[in-house]
Amino acid sequence: MSGDELCDLTATELRSRLVEGEISPSEIVESCLHRIEVLDGQVRAFLTPTPDLARERARAVAELARAGTSPVAGIPIALKDVLTTRGIRTTCGSRILETYVPPYDCTAWARLSAGGSILLGKTNCDEFAMGSSNENSAFGPVHNPWNLDTVPGGSSGGSAAAVAAGEAVWALGTDTGGSVRQPAALCGVVGLKPTYGLISRYGLIAFASSLDTVGTFTRSVRDAAMLLSVLGGRDPMDATSLDQPARDYTASLSGEVRGLRVGVVREALGEGVEPGVRSGVRSAIDRLEGLGATVGEVSLPHADYALSAYYLIAPSECSSNLARYDGVRYGLRVPGEDSMQMMMRTRGAGFGPEVKRRIMLGTYALSAGYYEAYYGQAQKVRTLIIRDYERAFASFDVLVSPTSPTTAFRIGERTDDPLAMYLSDVFTIPANLAGVPAISIPCGLDEKGLPVGLQLTAPVLGEELLLRVADALEHELAFDAVPGLVRG
Amino acid sequence: MPVDIDIDHVARLARLELSDEERERLRAQLSLILEHAAKVSEVATADVPPTASAIPRPTVLRPDVPTPSMGPEEALANAPDREDDRFRVPRIVEVE
Amino acid sequence: MAGASTTAVAQEFETVIGLECHVELSTTTKMFCGCRNEFGAPPNTNVCPVCLGHPGSLPVPNERAIEYIVRIGLALGCDIAPRSLFHRKNYFYPDMPKNFQISQYDLPVCVGGHLDVEVDEHVRRIGITRVHMEEDTGKTTHAGVTGRIGQAEYALVDYNRAGVPLVEVVSEPDIRSPEEARAYLTELRAILEALGVSDVRMEEGSLRCDANVSVRPAGSHELGVKVEIKNLNSIRSLERALSHERDRQVELLRAGGRPVQETRHFDEETGTTHPLRSKEEAFDYRYFPEPDLPPLELDPAWIEAIRATLPELPAARRDRLRREHGLRPEQASIVGSDARAAEYFERAVALGAPGPAVARWMTQDLAAYLNRTGEGWEELAKRFSPEALADLLRRSEEGELSSTGAKAAFELVVETGRPLGEVIEERGLRQVSDTSQLEAWVDEVIAENPRLVEQFRGGKEGVLNALVGQVMKRSAGSANPQAVSELLRSRLAEP
Repeated sequence: MSGDELCDLTATELRSRLVEGEISPSEIVESCLHRIEVLDGQVRAFLTPTPDLARERARAVAELARAGTSPVAGIPIALKDVLTTRGIRTTCGSRILETYVPPYDCTAWARLSAGGSILLGKTNCDEFAMGSSNENSAFGPVHNPWNLDTVPGGSSGGSAAAVAAGEAVWALGTDTGGSVRQPAALCGVVGLKPTYGLISRYGLIAFASSLDTVGTFTRSVRDAAMLLSVLGGRDPMDATSLDQPARDYTASLSGEVRGLRVGVVREALGEGVEPGVRSGVRSAIDRLEGLGATVGEVSLPHADYALSAYYLIAPSECSSNLARYDGVRYGLRVPGEDSMQMMMRTRGAGFGPEVKRRIMLGTYALSAGYYEAYYGQAQKVRTLIIRDYERAFASFDVLVSPTSPTTAFRIGERTDDPLAMYLSDVFTIPANLAGVPAISIPCGLDEKGLPVGLQLTAPVLGEELLLRVADALEHELAFDAVPGLVRG
Repeated sequence: MPVDIDIDHVARLARLELSDEERERLRAQLSLILEHAAKVSEVATADVPPTASAIPRPTVLRPDVPTPSMGPEEALANAPDREDDRFRVPRIVEVE
Repeated sequence: MAGASTTAVAQEFETVIGLECHVELSTTTKMFCGCRNEFGAPPNTNVCPVCLGHPGSLPVPNERAIEYIVRIGLALGCDIAPRSLFHRKNYFYPDMPKNFQISQYDLPVCVGGHLDVEVDEHVRRIGITRVHMEEDTGKTTHAGVTGRIGQAEYALVDYNRAGVPLVEVVSEPDIRSPEEARAYLTELRAILEALGVSDVRMEEGSLRCDANVSVRPAGSHELGVKVEIKNLNSIRSLERALSHERDRQVELLRAGGRPVQETRHFDEETGTTHPLRSKEEAFDYRYFPEPDLPPLELDPAWIEAIRATLPELPAARRDRLRREHGLRPEQASIVGSDARAAEYFERAVALGAPGPAVARWMTQDLAAYLNRTGEGWEELAKRFSPEALADLLRRSEEGELSSTGAKAAFELVVETGRPLGEVIEERGLRQVSDTSQLEAWVDEVIAENPRLVEQFRGGKEGVLNALVGQVMKRSAGSANPQAVSELLRSRLAEP
C-alpha cells in the first residue's frame, strides 16, 4: 500500500480516467475490496459489505461510466447503515434491527443507483445515529485509521473511516447534530451537511426528524459537489423536502473568494477548544484572508443554549420515532406473556444504553406537565438560534469555526460521561437547529498527528457559496496527509 | 435544581424493561442532563415564538392516486411471528 | 324501560351527552400513502413501507382527504383554519404501525360549527367543537379459546385499515337525551352521505362513535362526572347504551353514590355497559407537532371553490320538500334525510307523480318493504323504479287500480321482477267497475253467506265490510270497493 492506489483517488480523478477509458469500474471496485480485505479487520468500518453485488454492478455500469453522463457512474460508495437498501440488511447499528431487510431503497441511494453508482456495503455507526464516537454501535466500535486506539467520531464513524482508509471512494452518512461533520473532522475527510430538506429523508431511518439530514463524506470538496448534484432536489415521498431543482454544484467552484466576508465565530475559539485545533483553524483563517476574503469576528450569542435545546428536541423526537420497534412487524422479538410484556422485553433487550437514555429523556420531556418546560422552551431557543444566524449572515457570507473542540479521542475515554460526550457536538449542533448548510474540511494535523477539521457554515440553500469557499480554501491548504495505516 | 424522575412510570410509557442497575444509572444521568437542559428557560421568554421546523415550506399534498402495494409475502417477510397472512402477537390485555 | 323513565328522569335529572364520531373517508387511497383504501381486501395486501411503519418511511398527506374534511367542516358551519398542524399522538398498541397516530391537536382543520337536530318536531342546535384529520389503525383479531379479549391466547393483526383517512367530529356536550343523540348521529350520517365523503356504514366501521355521558340534577350548571362509552356500532346501540348509562348513573346518584370517571364498553347482547380494564396510569399521549409534515396551509380560494360545489344538505332538502311538494314533516324527514331516497322521490315527481302520493308510498309501502328486506333505496330503485311508482300512481288515479290492487301490483313487481303492466294484466288486477261482472260476484257472495245477510238485514251495519271483503277476494282485488259497497247495499235492500 502506498496511499495512491485507485481506491485512494478522488471521485473527480476516477471519473476522468473512467471517461478516458483508462480504467473500468471493476478495477476501482477490486481496489476498494482489496483495501477492505486488508484493513477492515482493524478499522471495522463495514457492518455488511456487499462484494458480490459490487462486482456484478461494476460490470453492469461499465458503459454508463465510460459515457460520463452521470457524475457518480462506476464509482463505488459506502452507505451508513441507517439508510434503507432494498433486500440488503439495514441494522442502524442496533440489535433490534439486526436481521431487518428493508423492502425499499431510500431516495438517496435510489438516485445514486439510477446514476450508475456501485454499493460496496453498509457502514457501522452509533446505534440509531445517537453518539459522537461510534462506540454506541451494538456491533462494536469503529477504529480511526489515523490511530486505531482512537474513535473515528460519530455517529457516521464507519462511513468516515471507510473514506479515510481508502475502503470506499466516498460515502453517505447522516447528520442530526454533527454526525457527518464531526467524524469527517476526526478522520481527515470532507463532510458536508446540506440545508435541511435539500436531500430527501425518505429511507433515512429517523432519529430526530426535524434535524436529520443526509450528508456526504468525500476526499475533496469537488467530490462533495458532484455527489450533491445527484442527491439534491425535491422528492415527492418527503413532505419536508425543499422545492429545489437538481443542479450541478460543481459549476460554482471558481476558486474565487476575493471580497467575501468571512465571520469567525467568537464563541468557538475560546476555552474548551484544544490548542492544536485552535491553531490549526486560526492559520487556515489567515490563509483565507490571504486569498482576499475579509475576515471579522461574529457572535452567535445563543450558541451556548443550543446544546441544551438539542438534548431536549432530539430525544423527544427520537422517543416517538423509535416507538415502532416493538417486535410486531419486523426486527427483534423477545417473547412475553402478553403483548405489553413482549414489547417491553423486546425494547429492553434490543436497545443499547445511549438509545435507552434518549428514549427515556424524550418520553419524560414530552410527558404531561413537562412539555412546555422542556420541548416548548427548546423550540423557542431554536427560534433564537435561527435569529442569531440571520443576524450573522446580514454581515457575513460564511461563518468559520472548528468542527469539533478536539481531535480524535481515545476509545473508552468518554463512555461513562454522557455530558462530556455531548460536548463533542457543541459547534455542529447549531447548524442543525437552524437548518443551515455546513461543511467540515481538514485543515492540518495536531501535535499528535491527528487531523483537525474546520467548519464553514452558510445561509439556508447557500450550498454553492459554501462549496466555493471550501474548495478555494482546500486548494490553498493542500492538505494531503494520509493515515499511517494506509501508507503501510 | 436536581430533577426527580419517576423512572418506572417513564419506562412504562416508553415500553422499556430496565434492570435495577439501569434504573439507578438512568435516574442519576437523566437528572443531570435535565438540569443542564433546563438552561433553555433562561432565554426562552414568553415573547419568543417556538420553531418546530427550521425551514418554513408550503404544504405538500399528494394526489389521490394509487401506487403499488407490497403484497402479503413482502409485508410479512420481516415478521417475527405470523399466522397465514397476518402478524401474530401475544394476547393483548391492555386497553389502547 | 327507557321510554317510561325518560320523562320521570328528565324532571329530576338532566343528561349531558357529547359525541365523538370517527368517519372513514371514501378516498381511493390512504391518508399518507398510495395504498388502496378499500374494505374487505385479503389481509395485509393494501400495505406498503409507509402504512406498515417501516423504518425510514415518511407520510405525505392525501389531497382528496383534505378536500373532504373541508367539505365536512363547511357543511357543519365550521371555520376552516387557514393554517392547521398535524401532531403525533403517542401510545403503544400492536395495531398501530408506528406506535403513534398522526392526528391533530390544538390546531385542527375545522373549528366551531353546529348541527341542528329535530326531536318531536322540536329543533335543537348542537355545537360542534372541532373536526380534525387523522389516520385509522389496523385491525386486531383476538384469537384463542373464548375470543374474549381478556382470555384470548394471542392476537392477529391486519394492517389494511392502517392509515385510512379518518375524520373525527367532536360535538359540544349539548345533547340532552338518548333520542337527541340518535337524531344527531342520524343527521350527521345523512350529511356525510350527501357530501359523498364516506360510505357511512356503521356495520363496516366506516362511521364509529364514542359517547361521553354525565347526569346532573335538573337546573344545575355544573357538569357531572363524565363516563366514556365505547363500542357503539349502530345508531340503535348508541341510543340503547345511552339510555342504560343514564339510568345507571341516575340510580347511583339516587342511592347517594357518584359515578367514577371511566371508560365503559357497551355490550350489544345484554344492552348494558361495563367498565373497561384501565391501567392505573392515565393516558399520556405526549402530543407534539409532527416533524415530518409542514403546517397545512389552505388557500382561501380553494376553500371557496369547495364551498361552491357543496350539494344540497339534508336539512335544506327537507325544507324544500315541505315547501315545494307539501310533504308532512315526518315524510320530509324520511324522504329528505337520505340522499338516495330523495333522488327516488325527485325522479318520480319529475315524471308527473304528485309529491304527497309519492311521499305516502315511500314512507309506507316502500319503507315497509325496505325494512323487511334490509335493502336500500338504490337496490329498490332497481327492482321498482321511480318510473314504475309514477306509473302505478297514474293508474291508481285513473281508477285502473284500486288501492288494494296497487299494493298487490307493487308486491308482485318486487317479487317477480316483471314489469308493472304485465303483472297487472296477468293477475287481472285491473280494477273492475263493470256492473255486470260486479253483480255476478255480489250475487254469488250473498247466496253463499246467508248468515251475514241475515245479520245485516237485522241491523248490523258492520257486517257489510265483511261482505265487501268477500267480493274483493273473489275479484282478486280487482273490484272497485266503492262500487261493490253500493251494489251490495242496493241488493240487500231488495226484499
